[in-house]
Amino acid sequence: MTPSAPTAPRSLRSRIIAVAVAAAVLAGVAVAYTLHAARRAQSADAASEFGLDRGQLYFRGTEAGGAGRVARLPAPGEATPGKAAHQAARTTGGPSCERFYAAARTALCLQRRSGIPPKSYAVVLDERLREKRRIALTGIPNRARVSASGRMLSWTMFATGDSYAGSSFSTRTSILDTRTGYLIKNMEEIPLTLDGRRYHSPDVNYWGVTFARDDNRFYATVSTKGRTYLVRGDMRKWAATALRTNVECPSLSPDNTRLAFKKRVREGTRDPWRLYVLDLRTMREHPLAERRNVDDQAAWLDDGTLAYALPGADGRRSDIWSTPADGSGKPVLRVRGGSSPAAVG
Amino acid sequence: MYLATTDAVAKSSKKTKKTKKSEKTEKSEARRGRVAGPVLALGAVSLVTDISSEMVTAVLPLYFVLQLGLTPLQFGFLDGLYNGVTALVRLAGGYAADRGGRHKLVAGGGYALSTLSRLGLLLAGGATAGIGAALAADRVGKGVRTAPRDALISLSGPPDTLGRAFGVHRAMDTTGALLGPLAAFALLWATADAYDAVFVVSFCFGLLGVLLLVLFVPGRRELSPPKPRDPAARRPGAPALLRVPAFRRVLLAASLLGAATIGDAFLYLLLQRRLDFAVSWFPLLPLGAAAVYLLLAVPAGRLADRVGRRAPFLAGHVALLCGYVLLLAPTDGWPLLVGVLLLLGVFYAATDGVLMALATPVVPRERRARGMAVLQTGQALARLLAAAGFGAAWTLWGIGTALTCAVIALTVALAGAAALLPRTERTP
Repeated sequence: MTPSAPTAPRSLRSRIIAVAVAAAVLAGVAVAYTLHAARRAQSADAASEFGLDRGQLYFRGTEAGGAGRVARLPAPGEATPGKAAHQAARTTGGPSCERFYAAARTALCLQRRSGIPPKSYAVVLDERLREKRRIALTGIPNRARVSASGRMLSWTMFATGDSYAGSSFSTRTSILDTRTGYLIKNMEEIPLTLDGRRYHSPDVNYWGVTFARDDNRFYATVSTKGRTYLVRGDMRKWAATALRTNVECPSLSPDNTRLAFKKRVREGTRDPWRLYVLDLRTMREHPLAERRNVDDQAAWLDDGTLAYALPGADGRRSDIWSTPADGSGKPVLRVRGGSSPAAVG
Repeated sequence: MYLATTDAVAKSSKKTKKTKKSEKTEKSEARRGRVAGPVLALGAVSLVTDISSEMVTAVLPLYFVLQLGLTPLQFGFLDGLYNGVTALVRLAGGYAADRGGRHKLVAGGGYALSTLSRLGLLLAGGATAGIGAALAADRVGKGVRTAPRDALISLSGPPDTLGRAFGVHRAMDTTGALLGPLAAFALLWATADAYDAVFVVSFCFGLLGVLLLVLFVPGRRELSPPKPRDPAARRPGAPALLRVPAFRRVLLAASLLGAATIGDAFLYLLLQRRLDFAVSWFPLLPLGAAAVYLLLAVPAGRLADRVGRRAPFLAGHVALLCGYVLLLAPTDGWPLLVGVLLLLGVFYAATDGVLMALATPVVPRERRARGMAVLQTGQALARLLAAAGFGAAWTLWGIGTALTCAVIALTVALAGAAALLPRTERTP
């Protein structure tokens, strides 16, 4: 751009030099900061500072100075009210994940990277939290589970929409057998029996898979025609059967006798869910002491305790709470500023 | 410089048709293919600034929803609120710029404020209140600078090349708007979601824009030597402007058409519904329309200079109307996508800068910034109304009926605008 007459031509050169120098300095600042940020990102992707050990509660930190990275703290058998947050014992510096779950010697980390279009990944980690396998996906990470043995992995991505609260969303749920390496990218084709009949509909959506100890039987949510069902599935037979309605995000207890899930107790988008536990022998369910709206797939810390994320107070994204599985007692704040709880026992 | 010719702007209508015509033909012959230096300088400022602001605009929804955990609804509300603020602040910017011809100062202040807001985003570090404040500062800066900048462009060239001048400016502006999101997503990709890097780089671009403005855009002294004043210009406030019948007509026409414009977001949403592509491609749609806008802005401006601004301005809205009809028609797949984006790009190319060129001759130079601010605000508020109305119609009657209503409304508005817009402009 060469401005003409009105400004003295003598100063034109000096003005061009001034802009060139300023542009060079600003470019330097921009490049330096970007390089710095990229290096920081690499360190976040770098090897975890800890591995998977028994007796630890793993979670995704959501507070500054470790936001988005997995952290852990010793998990005492029972919650200790008063010392709830265990802030001092927290170890940070794990992998960066949107969702995280771990069991035995395997961890599953769902990541999301911006770009055009944004990409997501399911990353399988070994007992030292080193990357073993990376699967590229599309969508927004939502649920992640590892079977008790560490063999079967499953995760759910939102393909469209980004909340179960809205009326229209679509999910893709994948299952990975880490022993054979067999990957089912989208389990929607599984033959489904509903009300005793084979059911066909293009609108089925599965999410929140939880595997039993035998690594074959599993439970999940299926939604179709505006209703949600609890389904029991069988990997070897590759079949699923709907058991009951209005159940979402099941989670099987370590002893495999009970199923925790969120149940819709109110229509609409305002506080629709409450946590329940279903006894698989009697098929009777009871609500938990937690009376707040829980939109999470609960995780069993042990046979008597469930943990789940709730929106945090004071602008924190989420906190992890726990409550007894038998409906007694009252909820306890376990981790301040955390989500994706997973107890490795 | 073209001071000799710009003097004629306000009173050009008083000159005899013959003199005006021969004078303009002469000038446009001489200046064909060239645009005044200040226009290029302002274009460069806008280019660099738009890289800066579009970088942030492109990543903010992701930042809010994914990093900070706001719901899309909360973000939408915040965004809508601030867009309303912009419209009102614009009037203040225009008024301040006209007082003593401080266009450069006011525009520069707006650019600087928006640039500083990037530091605010950086320092807020995720606190919602801080981010809200930074976002507000950015929008206030944007609102303040727009009218003085367009006034500067209108004061920088001979009146018969204004269409081209605005075309060149809008093309450069849109280039920045295209590069911004690409730069932002490249940065996020390279740094694994380091939003702070996006804010820092955006700040650097913004600062460069301010510097370019300070050094290369002429200020008060160079642009407007004290003039014998139009008697209307001495009356205070914007209402005086509204007493200029020609301006009133342009304002009414622009607002009328604005009130029948349903908003790009709805069009993109409709496209997504009809074509059912992955939501992750959604951010690319505006880029498609912007690319068409970029390519056609200068030709549309030149055409407007040659045949008068009224025809391209109306034709642009006809293109938009065709876009609506295309969405109603049983078209599908690529033809629908390409057709709608193309028509939307044509609409912007033929109307955005052209409207400013259309309004220039009817606004005395002493109140140029104010006039443009009133015009832009009127248009923006009308569009806000249209978007709200369309959203309501969509919810109440479903998409097909809402779109049919939009087609009817735009057809009526077009007829009204055609009747309103002054025909006094020169024909070739």
